[in-house]
Amino acid sequence: MARPRRPEPEKKKPGDSSGKEDAIEVMATVVEPLPNAMFRVELENKHQVLAHISGKMRKNFIRILPGDRVAVELSPYDLTRGRIVYRYK
Amino acid sequence: MVICKSPAELEKMHRAGLIVWEALNKMRAMVRPGVTTKELDDFAEAFCAGHHARPAFKGYRGYPSSVCTSINQEVVHGIPSASRKLKEGDILSMDFGVELDGYFGDAALTVPVGKVKPEREKLLQVTRESLERAIDKVRPGNRLGDVSAAVQTWVEKNGFSVVREFVGHGIGTRMHEEPQLPNYGTPGQGARLQEGMVLAIEPMVNRGGPAVKVLDDDWTAVTADGSDSAHFEHTVAVTANGPWILTRPSEATGPVW
Repeated sequence: MARPRRPEPEKKKPGDSSGKEDAIEVMATVVEPLPNAMFRVELENKHQVLAHISGKMRKNFIRILPGDRVAVELSPYDLTRGRIVYRYK
Repeated sequence: MVICKSPAELEKMHRAGLIVWEALNKMRAMVRPGVTTKELDDFAEAFCAGHHARPAFKGYRGYPSSVCTSINQEVVHGIPSASRKLKEGDILSMDFGVELDGYFGDAALTVPVGKVKPEREKLLQVTRESLERAIDKVRPGNRLGDVSAAVQTWVEKNGFSVVREFVGHGIGTRMHEEPQLPNYGTPGQGARLQEGMVLAIEPMVNRGGPAVKVLDDDWTAVTADGSDSAHFEHTVAVTANGPWILTRPSEATGPVW
């Protein structure tokens, strides 16, 4: 007996660096390093948020120092935390 | 999760499969103009009772019968009826499954009623051949997409189309297990086949477009454009030696149906 087809789970889009949806991406500057690969970063709107490094950056040993310009993704649900997805040279 | 079966389990599934095979062959011999689809269903149910097996479809998600009988433009899941008489020139899909000792077997074939038009004959032949080509891909290391693509390429090369809305499935201690097995796909994609996996491969092929709709009885699927549809199915295990068709005697050779 044939089974009705279930829809396939949605695939990640290639351009979506983290694969997590609905994140707001903003520019920021690193203020201070914290333990556990966390950083305090200052957003362009002067808010300071706690950000961790994305798994992809951690895997590729992208080092982050205070003063670096970085791209941060913020969850729309918790704007006090973010994820660093890119370090600008 | 795809569940792999041990050789002992495959043996049990083969026993269930042989009941399906024998019942379908007896039903095939009963098919002629004037026979009602209910008569076929009654036979299958009695056959199960005589073999200590349980008709697997009856009561499955509320399905009322033991067999699915789908005539002409009906794709799958046609409900047998005492008022539905077979006519000369019809094509009839019979889909049947049993549970024996906790394990399932599931198979289907489409047969001509009397003499049918050559284009219907061709549809049956291509659909059966697409099943044979798919079965040939059931080897450890191949991927689900190889099996799916084997059906699709053969069907479309012959100018027919494959139904998207219904798919084949894993089978074992439940009738529908993971994975789902579409009749369309890309070679080299999808899960890798491993020894002990069991798949119910079932090409559903339309002479017109691939679109289907389900009638008000919530079961009968018909082609949207009213074109003919055929359906063949076997339960096939992946073994180190290649495909093992569980719904057929091991010594059988030649066309799968």
